[in-house]
Amino acid sequence: MMPEKVASTTVVAGPPAAVSQPSSTMQFFRQTLVIARKDLRAELRTKEAINAALAFSMVILILFSFAFDPGEQETIEMSGGLLWIVFAFAGTLVLNRSFAREVPNDCLDALVAAPVSGGALFLGKALANFALVLAVELVSLPVFGIFYNVHWTGQIWSLLFVLVLGTWGLTVIGTIFSALTVNIRLRELMAPLLVYPMLIPALMSAMKLTMDLIGGKPLGGENEVWLRLLVVFDVIFTALSLVLLETVLVG
Amino acid sequence: MNAVAAEGVWKFYGDYPALRDVILQAEPGACLALIGRNGAGKTTLLRIIGGFSKAGRGQVRIFGNDPRETETRRRLGWIGHGISLYDELSAFENLSLFGRLYNLPDPRKSALEWLERTGLERVKNGLVREFSRGMRQRLAVARAFLHQPSVLLLDEPFTALDDRAIAVLQRLLREALAEGRTVVMSTHQLREALELATHVALLNRGKVAFHGERTVQMVDDPGWVYAHYDA
Repeated sequence: MMPEKVASTTVVAGPPAAVSQPSSTMQFFRQTLVIARKDLRAELRTKEAINAALAFSMVILILFSFAFDPGEQETIEMSGGLLWIVFAFAGTLVLNRSFAREVPNDCLDALVAAPVSGGALFLGKALANFALVLAVELVSLPVFGIFYNVHWTGQIWSLLFVLVLGTWGLTVIGTIFSALTVNIRLRELMAPLLVYPMLIPALMSAMKLTMDLIGGKPLGGENEVWLRLLVVFDVIFTALSLVLLETVLVG
Repeated sequence: MNAVAAEGVWKFYGDYPALRDVILQAEPGACLALIGRNGAGKTTLLRIIGGFSKAGRGQVRIFGNDPRETETRRRLGWIGHGISLYDELSAFENLSLFGRLYNLPDPRKSALEWLERTGLERVKNGLVREFSRGMRQRLAVARAFLHQPSVLLLDEPFTALDDRAIAVLQRLLREALAEGRTVVMSTHQLREALELATHVALLNRGKVAFHGERTVQMVDDPGWVYAHYDA
């Protein structure tokens, strides 16, 4: 039996998108800021990740200060390693949440469906993560100074510069791997397993530079190669992540 | 030009073909109901049309363009299984956020307008996590319609909706169709869907078993297509 037809439907052209478009560069940065603000607002309302990262950072720093009783020179020698291991582990708690936050309610679908470039989405999330991880580090540094009796403020601007470079490297890798593992059931386990090996060059550079700065050596000279490595690491992985996020999310 | 066209679309999950040579079109102003049993490939097809995943073979065109193009995405509206809204943000913040992402001229005004149209203006500052299920669904509808998309892709839109949300969605879909927008929806709720549909496509194990205009028989007997074409 063939279906009986109903009255034919009036077919009209679909309306055009009802928006005026600014330049693509301006739109890119505007959308980047919208994503970053959204992530920061959501995190500051729940404080899930930042509270966990802060607590972790404090506990490790304080526990280590009781476990070891190093002299001044030994403290300087372990300062870079200790600080960056704490920052990397605490940072992972923030970074893991970056795309995992989009899973409940299928929010990631809405972001993927929106006319937002993968680059803007990545950069927005990375900026929000950077602010959160940096905040954890800035709280941790004075605690480190007090419990380890270290004068870390001697070259504070250089130290902050290294902190910013190292944290950006950590954030970029953490954010892109958070996207890569967002649909994996064991993402809390998988993300750190993938992130830490990738971070080795950045962490080694940041550790060496931090140790030198706390020990009183200025940036440049024999540690310049580490600084260059850190900058190159940041530039390469930022560029790769900006280009690859769309592929990571959609295929 | 077709608003939506699937041209020989295949999708594989491993070796298993979830979609097999799917050929479908929807003209501007049409409402295509995608029906089929669980696992027939409705959601997979809708996700490919929406640009969430890529076809293994073949292609999808929205007004002749790739669904992943930025300008094409601006013309698509999506309601999936989740509400795609942030629990930690208020209703107004959620809609303003998407208004900004879609680069609407006045995102705040559009957000307020759609909160009013979906009956949520009184709770505009309430966090979504505090909303009832029906309120969350209405807000999801507002999000999908906010940027006045030319093509609406709806995956099981009537599932788990309360009566009020069904009425709101049906009214908005009728208005959208009257304005010439295109709707493609997958559904098991045949009665609600067939009231709106101008065309029906039945998927059976990833293949199109029937694709044609909606008929009086289908409205009178929602199981008619299954009885005649779902082998």
